[in-house]
Amino acid sequence: MKIWRYGDNIDTDMLFPGKYVYTCSIAEEIKPHLLEDLDPSFSKNVKEGDIIIAGKNFGCGSSREQPVIGLKAVGIKTVIAISYARIFYRSAINQGLFLIECPEAVEAYSDGDKVEIDMENGKIFVGNKTFIFPKLPEQIIAIRDAGGLLEYTRQKLKKR
Amino acid sequence: MDMTFAEKILSKYSNLKEIVPGQIVTVQPDHLLTHDNTAAIIQKIKPEINEYGIYSKSLPIIVLDHVIPASSEKTANNHKIIREFVKNNKIENFFDVGNGICHQLVIEKGLALPGKLLLGSDSHTCSYGAIAAFSSGIDRTEAASLLLTGETWLKVPKSIKIDLTGFLNPGVYSKDLILHIIGDISASGANYCSVEFHGNVKNFTIDDRFTIANMGIEMGAKNALFFYDEVTKKYLNQIGVTDSSYNPINADIGAKYYKELKYNLNEISPVVACPHTVDNVKSVEEVTNIDIQQCLIGTCTNGRFSDLKIAAEILKDKKIDSDVRLLILPASKDIFEKALNYGIIEILVKAGGVILPPGCGPCLGAHQGVLAPGERCLSTANRNFKGRMGCKEAEIYLASPATVAASALFGKITDPREVIDK
Repeated sequence: MKIWRYGDNIDTDMLFPGKYVYTCSIAEEIKPHLLEDLDPSFSKNVKEGDIIIAGKNFGCGSSREQPVIGLKAVGIKTVIAISYARIFYRSAINQGLFLIECPEAVEAYSDGDKVEIDMENGKIFVGNKTFIFPKLPEQIIAIRDAGGLLEYTRQKLKKR
Repeated sequence: MDMTFAEKILSKYSNLKEIVPGQIVTVQPDHLLTHDNTAAIIQKIKPEINEYGIYSKSLPIIVLDHVIPASSEKTANNHKIIREFVKNNKIENFFDVGNGICHQLVIEKGLALPGKLLLGSDSHTCSYGAIAAFSSGIDRTEAASLLLTGETWLKVPKSIKIDLTGFLNPGVYSKDLILHIIGDISASGANYCSVEFHGNVKNFTIDDRFTIANMGIEMGAKNALFFYDEVTKKYLNQIGVTDSSYNPINADIGAKYYKELKYNLNEISPVVACPHTVDNVKSVEEVTNIDIQQCLIGTCTNGRFSDLKIAAEILKDKKIDSDVRLLILPASKDIFEKALNYGIIEILVKAGGVILPPGCGPCLGAHQGVLAPGERCLSTANRNFKGRMGCKEAEIYLASPATVAASALFGKITDPREVIDK
């Protein structure tokens, strides 16, 4: 498992360039361009179960769900950041990508540290330190447990 | 309990008497804005649209503006799919290629009104705070869900109060003010928050307020708002909306704010946001003489009549520098027409400007005016992210229309106060 470490204000153009927004919308089209202008090695080397650790305001900028669809499709287990931009955060809920907001864990991490996540109990282990991240509200967990927003909506429509 | 604007409007739309920041509420927005991305949105829910139909034909506002006219077979086909969807579902508010940028049209056509709630699958949906509406950006998937159900959840935001005093000096504009504020509080300084502008705002026209609200997202805000006043009322009257058709919402006097900030408008001076973040703001004096190869005046941030007029006043009877390309991008067809009638387009063309069709143009780097490696663009748009205009080795600087027009004359970043009234 590899940790991909990035800084503050990683914007939606770095995560997925705007020039592809109206020509790539499904996972297979998105994957090769993921993080293209930020880190060209990412799409070539990322593996299932990898984690991204980032700074403040991750995902700022456009309403652009390709980065979220892409990160989910390549198997990113979670992103741990100091903070997220709100549209990106909502988008992750909608796609079922797990995001953790935990400034202490980000600050504690140094290169080479082992990182493990206990999703059930909301814990992150960085090196020999343990951090707790808050539980999501019930309504949000319901969307995640349904397998994302579209599945949640489908279930709701069927019940009507 | 005294409430902020966001608390009050979300309590109204969720039918809950009292709500607090952090609470999740379910709302039914008055409108849902989507644009060229509508093709991808309806693709996600084709079987559901066939089985259940869309929630309402008056909910969506669909505008073709992002890549217009189509740049490829694929984008052309997207437009075709959207037109068919509009016809089959009798969508009431559809604006085809050439009408303008979605956010401009939502305001210009009276679709955003004081006290209304709008969501849109575009981050600059926050622009309608200019007209005292609550509006915020969502993603494509959420737009798809809203098309089917008409409802979604929102977290009640904390609110920030920005109190303005004094008056802007000549050569200083609303763009300089909002860039100054973003530089001050950072690109994440208002994350998840509702931003309210208070104080001496009566000199800010709807155009000025639009520029400021539009850039709310660049400091992370959920929405950014100017309250309903005589300026709003007069504008709405002009576009044929009577005050009986809306109910403005004000913040209560005792509302609790997460942060309160004060700015003296007299102390604001022309600024430039430097690469590659919007909060990398410097005074124009600090960056004077940086060579530029392209200038862009327009977009949803600064493509209105008053912006083109400011540029024309600076460029009248002059020629831009021979090493610079000046692209002009009116925010709508109506603005374009008015600028034509007032002779503004003629002035800009004679000065060396290239007029692009009303739409998003080069702002998002998908077509028209893409930059080459090593080039610099000075733009009135809202973002200067690396790669934003199609090339990661290019640089984007953001400024007011006056600063961009003045800089086009010399081919380098120029203080607009040097050319105004001279």
